[in-house]
Amino acid sequence: MKYEYKLYEPSWCPGCGNYMIRTALKQALEDLKLEPHEVVLVTGIGQGAKMPHYIKVNGFNGLHGRALPPAIGIKLANKNLKVIVESGDGDTYGEGGNHFIHAIRRNIDIAHFVHDNQIYGLTKGQASPTTAKGQKTTLQFDGVKLEPLNPLALALTMGAGFVARGFSGDIPHLVNLMKEAILYKGYALIDILQPCVVWNKVNTFAWYKERVYHLPEDYDYTNKEEAFKKAMEFGDKIPIGIIYKVEKETYEEKFDFIKNGPPLVDVDLNPKNAEKLIKEFV
Amino acid sequence: MEYNILIGGEAGQGIDTFANLVSKVLKRSGFYIFTNYDYMSRIRGGHNFIQIRFSDKPVFSLKSKFDIVFALNEETIILHRNNLKNNGIIFVDNEILKNDSSLYHLPLNEIAKNLKNSKVATTVGLGVLIKYFGLSDDLGKNVVNDEFPDSIREINITALSKGFDLIDKKFNLSTKNDENIILNANQAVALSAIAAGCKFYCGYPMTPSTGVLSYISSHSDEMNIFVEQVEDEVSALNMALGASYAGVRAMTGSSGGGFALMVEALSLAGMIEVPVVVIDVQRPAPATGFPTRTEQADLQFVIHAGHGEFTRMVIALKDVEDAFYQTARAFNIAEKYQIPVLLLSDQHLADSLKTVKPFDFDKIDIQRYISNEESITDEEYKRYKITPTGISPRILPGKIPGQIVLVDSDEHDEYGHITESADIRKSMVEKRLKKLEYLKDEIQEPLFIGKENPENLVIGWGSTYGAIKEAVENLVDEGISVGALIFGDIWPLPTQRLLELSKNAKKIIDIEQNATAQLESLIRQEALIKSTHKILKYDGRPFSIDEVYEKIKEVLS
Repeated sequence: MKYEYKLYEPSWCPGCGNYMIRTALKQALEDLKLEPHEVVLVTGIGQGAKMPHYIKVNGFNGLHGRALPPAIGIKLANKNLKVIVESGDGDTYGEGGNHFIHAIRRNIDIAHFVHDNQIYGLTKGQASPTTAKGQKTTLQFDGVKLEPLNPLALALTMGAGFVARGFSGDIPHLVNLMKEAILYKGYALIDILQPCVVWNKVNTFAWYKERVYHLPEDYDYTNKEEAFKKAMEFGDKIPIGIIYKVEKETYEEKFDFIKNGPPLVDVDLNPKNAEKLIKEFV
Repeated sequence: MEYNILIGGEAGQGIDTFANLVSKVLKRSGFYIFTNYDYMSRIRGGHNFIQIRFSDKPVFSLKSKFDIVFALNEETIILHRNNLKNNGIIFVDNEILKNDSSLYHLPLNEIAKNLKNSKVATTVGLGVLIKYFGLSDDLGKNVVNDEFPDSIREINITALSKGFDLIDKKFNLSTKNDENIILNANQAVALSAIAAGCKFYCGYPMTPSTGVLSYISSHSDEMNIFVEQVEDEVSALNMALGASYAGVRAMTGSSGGGFALMVEALSLAGMIEVPVVVIDVQRPAPATGFPTRTEQADLQFVIHAGHGEFTRMVIALKDVEDAFYQTARAFNIAEKYQIPVLLLSDQHLADSLKTVKPFDFDKIDIQRYISNEESITDEEYKRYKITPTGISPRILPGKIPGQIVLVDSDEHDEYGHITESADIRKSMVEKRLKKLEYLKDEIQEPLFIGKENPENLVIGWGSTYGAIKEAVENLVDEGISVGALIFGDIWPLPTQRLLELSKNAKKIIDIEQNATAQLESLIRQEALIKSTHKILKYDGRPFSIDEVYEKIKEVLS
């Protein structure tokens, strides 16, 4: 089955990076031969988070900052579903920062694609956690005074097993990254750089285009020290690709009844099964 | 026959274990028991006490006068000796208030020291109580056998036997057969959730709700239930909603402060129409309040929690048995109406042990209301299909090839797609609220206790049930025309019995464990009935039967 774009007209601005990310997502899902009913797209709130409305797939479009918790609940309830989280930089690293940190600690098998345009788009141009220090915005009139959050370094520090950076302007590359992330057993983060054509006049398409480069073929993504170096590289040069990838036991595999049993959603329910627990209270 | 024991001491002295053992011995001896825990928010030191009331007839709450005070420290004697009955007795270690001849001194710590384990002093005390009441030595040994792990079982049996030798038999209590079980409401809620097929429970530890989380966790592997300690309560309800969307029965719980963090997601549950059960085990607030004490001050909060307008149900738990049957009911209602169902408990209910008839698991009827492929009448499944009841057929993601399930916290059309249409908005608001009208058919009238058509009508809800029941029954025995309505279903509020009984009642007495009469104001709103008198308690301590009895008497005089 082909992934259809829904008939709904995206509310994205012309030229928005979200269109390219959607193209890449559709391609990745089709290449992996995943049917729309086998995939759940879980999103928060923001322009990128409207994705489930513009591609035909199961969707849980929840609250701002809260895409990860329901995604975790979904995966644990039905391990057969492919769970993909898409949300923006403010959604993931700001409002949802605590969930982000702890999702990494859990290492549940979900792929997380962060639409990182280094600005708040839907609320009209305020600084996001990844906006550069000093950058003037519609709220930080004399420039951002906070240090930007480095999502890749943070993810590495928290022990993430799959950390990558993509660029919405390089669709074939992004498709491959997405496929790798979806196939990866565990929590896989792709921070996807994308321009915000209306609100971010600094990190434009041209700005990214000049700076991004593919990690070389011989780059060893199992080397954490190297990965930290690449994660910190965000200036004149910005590497894209898999920064770090190692195999790790997933959270759900640590529970015998999840690993070896049927998906929880398929377990037969019988109240009488619990009757034996009464003996504790006799 | 009825006795009331108080065991007091510092945190860390083992009074919990002591009281649990005493309760279990009394239960297995065939008595009815109500055990109430009064403890401070600390791990060592301070003053904690536990009241164990037992009888050959059912008991429902606590009383304030004691037959026995078992003091593990001096403070227990200072604080509670005034509540000792005239013929009461205070047991205490030899080293405490040595010169006070009104106390019954026992070499508890000395024996424990000789056995080289200071912790067994309370097991010696258990032996003393068993002997004093003339209960079975063997039964005591069996309980100790069952309750202690291998490593310390033998030493505790020895300590128990030493206790038997310290005192003469004072009573010869005869009892019927042991046919009950003993547990608290947190355990009953948790057991019910397991029986009802809950497959996902998550929460963040918060007193006094933690017992639900830890009980389910202790049976997680055995019963195939995923239990998650989440990073915060914000995550908790969002995660439970994810699990429920994917098709398992899901639940979360906390106390008021944690529930406050779930409020945004509660509104999400209303919007996306994903069923979920949430328990708020109340404690005195605002803010951190009294972490280990009791109050019923979240009623108006849980009824109104969440931005915007949506259908929910709120059920207050009345006692341990009710906690068991209502929790399972909550799951069915949540799934039938695709709404959040909120359970209200409190510290008093959550922690108090009570004997109950073994639960009837045949009464737990799991109704899921999940639709299959045949229910999809449109080419493409509409998660929010407009129907006469407001309830749309629910299918699960991943189960029907070719069909997808889309839920959205934005206002959405029938497919779940984001919309800004005024017409759709209107019909969706009406759809979500229509469910409330059908839900009203489902609600249970409050429990009535006492004399039919009473001149004096008492109103209460939730955990005050036990104290009100016994107080009202005592008053009826004295020939007073009094009856009580105890609300379990709180929202939507059942008003039929209330409207009937209020016609005849000259006095309507509202009894609540809060300062602002929250149920009473809801009754004024929903039934236009005002109480004539209010008995409100908000010191963090539960009502005793005597307290309710005396306050009602004051009102009636």
